[in-house]
Amino acid sequence: MGDKIRSFPLPSSVAVMPGTEAAQAAYPYYTQFAPEDDARFWFYNSMHFPEPMHHFDMVTAEAAYCALGAFNTRVHILPTTKGIDHRIINGRVYIGGVAVTDPAEIAERVALFQQRAFYYYEHWERLYDQWKVKMKALIAEANGLPKVELPDIEPIETTHSGKGIAANHALLDTYRKQLDGYYRMWHYHFEFLLLGYGAYLTFFDFCKRAFPEVSDQTISRMVAGMEAEIFRPDEEVRRLARRAVELGVDGVFEEGMNVEQVFERLDALGNSGAAWRDELEASRNPWFNVNVGDGFYHYHRSWNDDLSMPFSALPGYIAKLHAGEPIDRPVEQLIRERDQLVADYRDLLDSDADRATYDQLITLAHRVFPYVEGHKFYCEHWYTNLFFNKIREFGALLAEHGFFAEEADVFHLTHYELESAIVDLSLAWSSGSQPLGPRRWPAIVAERKAAIATWAQHRVPPALGAVPEVIDDPAIVMLWGITRENLDSWLNEDGDDKGKELKGFAASSGVVEGPARVVTSAAEIGTLRQGEILVCQVTNPSWAPIFQKIAAAVSDIGGSMSHMAIVAREYGLPAVVGTGSATQRIRTGQRLRVDGGRGIVTILDEEKVAEHA
Amino acid sequence: MPDAIAWFADIGIDDRPIAGGKGASLGELTRAGIAVPPGFVVTTCAFDQFLAALEARAPIRARIEACDPDDLAAVTALSRELRRRVEEEAMPAEVEDALLAAHRTLSGDARTPVAVRSSATTEDAADASFAGLQDTFLWVIDAADLVARVRECWGSLYSVESITYRRRQSFPEAGVAMAVVVQQMVDARAAGVMFTRSPTTGDKSVVTIEGAWGLGSAVVSGDVTPDHWVLGKITGEISVREISDKHVEHCPLARGGIEERAVPDERRHAPCLDDATLQVLREIGRRVERHYGAAQDIEWAVDRDGAVLLLQSRPETIWSTKPVAPVAESLANPLGHVMGVFGGRR
Repeated sequence: MGDKIRSFPLPSSVAVMPGTEAAQAAYPYYTQFAPEDDARFWFYNSMHFPEPMHHFDMVTAEAAYCALGAFNTRVHILPTTKGIDHRIINGRVYIGGVAVTDPAEIAERVALFQQRAFYYYEHWERLYDQWKVKMKALIAEANGLPKVELPDIEPIETTHSGKGIAANHALLDTYRKQLDGYYRMWHYHFEFLLLGYGAYLTFFDFCKRAFPEVSDQTISRMVAGMEAEIFRPDEEVRRLARRAVELGVDGVFEEGMNVEQVFERLDALGNSGAAWRDELEASRNPWFNVNVGDGFYHYHRSWNDDLSMPFSALPGYIAKLHAGEPIDRPVEQLIRERDQLVADYRDLLDSDADRATYDQLITLAHRVFPYVEGHKFYCEHWYTNLFFNKIREFGALLAEHGFFAEEADVFHLTHYELESAIVDLSLAWSSGSQPLGPRRWPAIVAERKAAIATWAQHRVPPALGAVPEVIDDPAIVMLWGITRENLDSWLNEDGDDKGKELKGFAASSGVVEGPARVVTSAAEIGTLRQGEILVCQVTNPSWAPIFQKIAAAVSDIGGSMSHMAIVAREYGLPAVVGTGSATQRIRTGQRLRVDGGRGIVTILDEEKVAEHA
Repeated sequence: MPDAIAWFADIGIDDRPIAGGKGASLGELTRAGIAVPPGFVVTTCAFDQFLAALEARAPIRARIEACDPDDLAAVTALSRELRRRVEEEAMPAEVEDALLAAHRTLSGDARTPVAVRSSATTEDAADASFAGLQDTFLWVIDAADLVARVRECWGSLYSVESITYRRRQSFPEAGVAMAVVVQQMVDARAAGVMFTRSPTTGDKSVVTIEGAWGLGSAVVSGDVTPDHWVLGKITGEISVREISDKHVEHCPLARGGIEERAVPDERRHAPCLDDATLQVLREIGRRVERHYGAAQDIEWAVDRDGAVLLLQSRPETIWSTKPVAPVAESLANPLGHVMGVFGGRR
């Protein structure tokens, strides 16, 4: 065993699944594995892209890696790493780092990095304030884009105003601007991200050296901000619960309710119902622009798209208000507890010199953390939501013109193909003839739908290529938590799928037993009952309101510093995140034991449920 | 002359010269308001009186100082002779009267069993562990038995290991004395040890607790693999929970003494402490550590009513004596530290 080179399958040995060859070939050429890629190490980015990619959704990987790499390689000049290359096989995104190993080049980059990154750290507050301004401007731009439509003939205003540009160009213009905005959003996203994580990780490393057995979640608790934007959606739901009670319309909210019925009943209540709906509108924009997933897939819809998620939390909050229990986040108390934690750990240090370094590093971590926590609302939620909804408008228009059966089919086209379809429609509209798309796309959409279904049924290797000696790429360690130890455990994991124990990150401590409720889409949120253990694919802050009714939370993806972990700790609920396969291995109704302090989920009655399945 | 008997409430850590390390520490804990089973110390003054009587009959200390620690046969013969003399010599009447009176007070009409434990005065940890390692007598009921056990504890000063060690170190015998702790016995449901820092990494932010069913002697002697927990000292979060197969437990015998029994199946794999008790222990550990200003190595027991009692607390000696290196290099500009992450040196 000792001399054997430890390796995952080589990229060239991974076959495209039979029948999906055309769908695979349709991904851009620069995402296809090439023979030289066998010499490199790749890992499956299951954290951000846990499901096979629709061809359009690939734009998220592309835009994100364009921006991440640009900032690492050429803006901040990280000394030992450049960007991330990505490849797609069988719909899955594999990524590989580009390390800098030449000592002379590293030294050169160290000097540049200190000049540039340190400037960011030194002017963090100003630059972050500025960031919010430009991010909001970008959002306003996207909001200002015209509705996607193609009138039969131009309205008379085009004539009267001497506009000089017809609607078919506006179509292309809107598409390009929306795509351009998405790319720009990802640049903004990575402007601060690595620096923020790096400062956090510096404090994290110090704590791990000073307190070798301290849990990740404790360090996260020391750093966590309490007033970041990401807590606002849940706070708005609490506010709406209070307003419902104050306006006397709280009776319309009950477990398992239907959103349409709620609106009907509110409307029947007259002024008070209308007043509550006004409150709802005030909260929705912008705070309900939170995705029920991580925002990387078009089908991670937002609260605004489906109100069942925020509404499902209302009966619980209303019941608490009736019982006289406080429902507000005790922000001051949370801050006090955090500061006490920071002080208590400080007291354990051995010397004044250590305490001085600790003070420096916690100060820096607190400085960067508002960005680390706050950016997600603007980027992955608000902007991403606008973006995918705008693409849906194109989907609706193209479906109307017979390009494919339904709006969401548009996501089976790559962003290049979508532009070509828009041009096709534009040409046909201008010439007064018929577009060719309706003859081309339905078969392709069907083929890609089938390919995604095939790919989704197969597990893929967690990594490809030879295991590197060390994983010291700071970006990969920071963003994906990949270490040499992870890789070794992946290599040893083969076929060990039947165990009753799942390991993940310890996100929020406590031990709880209860029935599982596997929730894979927002539509299923309403099925959650008091005291159940939520098992979901991605942990996400937008799920916060349902935390008041669950006993514990388990997710496939996420780290101990994810926002969900922070929310779980606020609610005092055990949580295990990043188990990899909880939604696949756990069935609704099984009894689970969740040990959030150790990151272990145990399935207690597998056989019994299997019999009834 | 100081008294032969000193109650826990009347002594503190500075009384080690007359009460020994264990006795002084139990006094200190009692005074600090930590729950320990009530008891008293048979002081070194009692021992000195006893030894003076023995020396008057025939020399002891001179014999030890004259012996060659490398001649194992000679040391063994001397040890056997001196221990027999200690165990056969009657106690001075006033010492015995004081001991029996204190025992009546402690044991009461209920005849509560007591533990008899040697309590060495030496500062030397190695010596302390030789003299007294085996000399804890549990579940002692009978008064005559108690007197004999106290003499056995005294006799442990003359074990082969103890004599050899003192001779090798050339300690003068004149200062060598032994106190004995007599303490109400806890009928422990579970018992074990607790370190207020990690024994494996030295981490001061965690508390390590080990325990098993029954009396703590099963854990201390290594007769059973204890359950093992690691708790955040500040947060209370339980990061390690290893529940072992605890096949045996030490139980008291009605006639006095203890025996090893098989643990019934339903308890073998069950945790011997619940989470609430773990948290109580953690709080006690923190209090004792704060009281002493140093990490502690603690023996504890949980009685049949669920109350947690400390049987012993001594300073942790492995990590606290190691030189402490700074966690990170001190830098005037905190930004220099981020190079540890971005420079690739991880």
